[in-house]
Amino acid sequence: MDIVIAVIKIILALVWFLVLTLYLTWLERKESAVIQDRIGANRANIWKFRFLGLFQPFADAIKMIFKEDFVPAFANKFLHTLAPFLSFFFVAITICAVPFGDTLRLGGRTISLQVLDLNAGLLFILAMLSLGIYGIILSGWASRNRFTLLGGIRGAAQLISYEVALGLSLIGIIMVFPSLSLQSIVRFQGENILGFIPKWGVLLQPLGFVVFFFAALAETKRVPFDMPEGESEIIGFFTEYGGLKWGLFMMTDFMEIIIVSALLTTLFFGGWQVPWLAADGFHWPWGGGRALPHGVVVLLQLLAFNIKIVFFCWLQILIRWTYPRFRYDQVMDLGWKVLIPLSLLNIVGTGIVMGFLK
Amino acid sequence: MPTRIQKQARQDTMLLNMGPSHPAMHGTIRVMLELDGERILNSEVEVGYLHRGFEKTCEHRTYFSLLPYTDRLNYVSPLINNLGYVMTIEKMLGVEVPERAQYIRVLMSELSRISDHLTCLAAMAMECGAFTVFLYKMKAREFLWDVIEQTTGARMTTSYIRIGGVRADLHPDFDAVLKKAVEETRLVLKDVHGLLDKNKIFLNRTRDVAVMSREDAVAFGWTGPCLRSTGVSYDVRKAQPYLVYDRLNWDVPLGERGDNFDRYLVRMKEMEQSLRIIEQAAARIPESSRGFIAEGMAPAQAIKESRRQRVRKDIALSPNLEGSEEARYPDILASDKGFVVPPKEETYTSIEGLINHFKFFMRGHGIRPPKGDVYFAVEGGNGELGFYIVSDGTDRPYRLHLRAPCFHIVSSLEQLIRGRYVADVIPTFGSMNMIGGELDR
Repeated sequence: MDIVIAVIKIILALVWFLVLTLYLTWLERKESAVIQDRIGANRANIWKFRFLGLFQPFADAIKMIFKEDFVPAFANKFLHTLAPFLSFFFVAITICAVPFGDTLRLGGRTISLQVLDLNAGLLFILAMLSLGIYGIILSGWASRNRFTLLGGIRGAAQLISYEVALGLSLIGIIMVFPSLSLQSIVRFQGENILGFIPKWGVLLQPLGFVVFFFAALAETKRVPFDMPEGESEIIGFFTEYGGLKWGLFMMTDFMEIIIVSALLTTLFFGGWQVPWLAADGFHWPWGGGRALPHGVVVLLQLLAFNIKIVFFCWLQILIRWTYPRFRYDQVMDLGWKVLIPLSLLNIVGTGIVMGFLK
Repeated sequence: MPTRIQKQARQDTMLLNMGPSHPAMHGTIRVMLELDGERILNSEVEVGYLHRGFEKTCEHRTYFSLLPYTDRLNYVSPLINNLGYVMTIEKMLGVEVPERAQYIRVLMSELSRISDHLTCLAAMAMECGAFTVFLYKMKAREFLWDVIEQTTGARMTTSYIRIGGVRADLHPDFDAVLKKAVEETRLVLKDVHGLLDKNKIFLNRTRDVAVMSREDAVAFGWTGPCLRSTGVSYDVRKAQPYLVYDRLNWDVPLGERGDNFDRYLVRMKEMEQSLRIIEQAAARIPESSRGFIAEGMAPAQAIKESRRQRVRKDIALSPNLEGSEEARYPDILASDKGFVVPPKEETYTSIEGLINHFKFFMRGHGIRPPKGDVYFAVEGGNGELGFYIVSDGTDRPYRLHLRAPCFHIVSSLEQLIRGRYVADVIPTFGSMNMIGGELDR
């Protein structure tokens, strides 16, 4: 029975992840259209039923599936084919460590609303996101094209310049909420400061949040950090890909946005926590409360988590369509000379404050 | 055959072939880069992918019929090309252009200049990754093209400015459409200033990148906004005023450092000055007393009725000739009969008119300037757009040479990108406003 539940959880999480990804492409199209005074994709329809272009992601998917699977003549066929799958796999697997909600009690069983509560879930996600870079390096290298090679090298250089800051910025969070399990970190954030302010990570670690946010933007490899792609400079590491393989790279990008948003939510914005909502209902800080049935509480938590994710996706798309692109040495400058010192400062500051509060 | 850079390249460097099919090489140009990592050691710029033999073709066309070729030079501001060519011929012939036509020419060339600058900066911003700026500027350009389209009847291949004046008078709704276009352009310029001027990323990408000194700029023969960005105040409109530019009140914006950001900023400021010129010109343009003809007789009917006695009635011209009625000729075209297309009313209804028409277009009978050579330059979108024409007294130029401003500017690209990164090629090349049709001719 446990295995059945686990399989169901895996399938549900993955399907939900893919649905979010599909509709993130729609969100991106529509949001950029609003920013740029356009209408955005609205032609895809089923029996003339357009519904704001919501069928566009499916049209895109069908188009990509039926395109020719092209491998350049001098490319290394094995590595060229492997690269998009590596990229996709490493980002798709991260969803298993993301806590969607607290526990669900169903027929006498307690089911955790997380595929796998790893005790080092945070490290697991960071590790998988870093491994995803192999897909980029391999695709750049195996395509046998000088532009893609530059893209691959840029990807690797960018990775080492922001990944350190990304990791260091989270040390403060781990000091404040002493755990590496994402579920425990979220539970810690259920408490209140002074009895009424939710104890969310962003309030305890504002500097850590800023550093993490910038490093995470670099992680997604989109404008302003889209050096590996840089479509007007080097056209990108996936120049030699077409059809669904290219689509996998694109999906990887969007999935990274979602994972980064999930991490931001989980670590800094209380994850599935709704302010003042406990397992048995709301407890207002001014006294009193409102009891809610278990199912409603779980639903509220799931809803809160997904709304927060969508908010951060929206924010990232807004940034993507507003700013120009960095130059590749400037990203390294930003990573090594600004973000890493800031994150070190954050660790020291957090340590000092915690020492005094003890 | 190996090119210069292929022969000279070191063994441990990588040669990267950028273009002619590359998203940033608008128009078609090829840049071979010798790279050490991403640093550019050497480069070789190869032009000529859009060479269409403009100058040679012109030797086989009459002075009137080569006008459409000039539309295709700088295809972002075709009206200024028309103007440059036409004014060169006028200088040769000594034609006096009516004042209203001169104001119309100023209006049209400033509208084209704004659309030229908008296109250049839009492409530059897009290549730096700011796609939103690109679309904002394209939106403003759309309003400007509406004005041009309404009066000239075409968006790109206008052939509107003719020897002796302009092809047609302004559209009756011109003022309203122009007002809207100016307003929208101002709004877009404000937005773009807000998005880019203090944007740290954009400043990092463009400030102190590809710096050109004044001396080098002059030595390379730079003109236009690129030259002014280095601080040299040279604008053909001020230096050798033509049309009515000396009667209007406007400034020449200058840069200080001559880097990519200055080239961006000078263009932005120049657009504001052009808007000023447009507003003044639109206010001061001499009124045309002649209204549009609402009801006219069809040409066939007029010919039929003119069998015995000449009918002095208005002829309804086809819609594509709107604005070029005979009654309007004194306002928009010179009075010399030999240099302008005879009015259609005459051609349709009288035998003399028909003969004049044929004589104007017949080989060996059209516009025949006196022997000699002449150079005349106007301020194009990119700088000094000069035509040099040698006439041997026939109806075709013996030799026609175009001084394309961006040819001189692009020739310094190799120097500007040496020692910089691959990513710096993009804003540098974008700020030069390379236009293939003008560069390769």
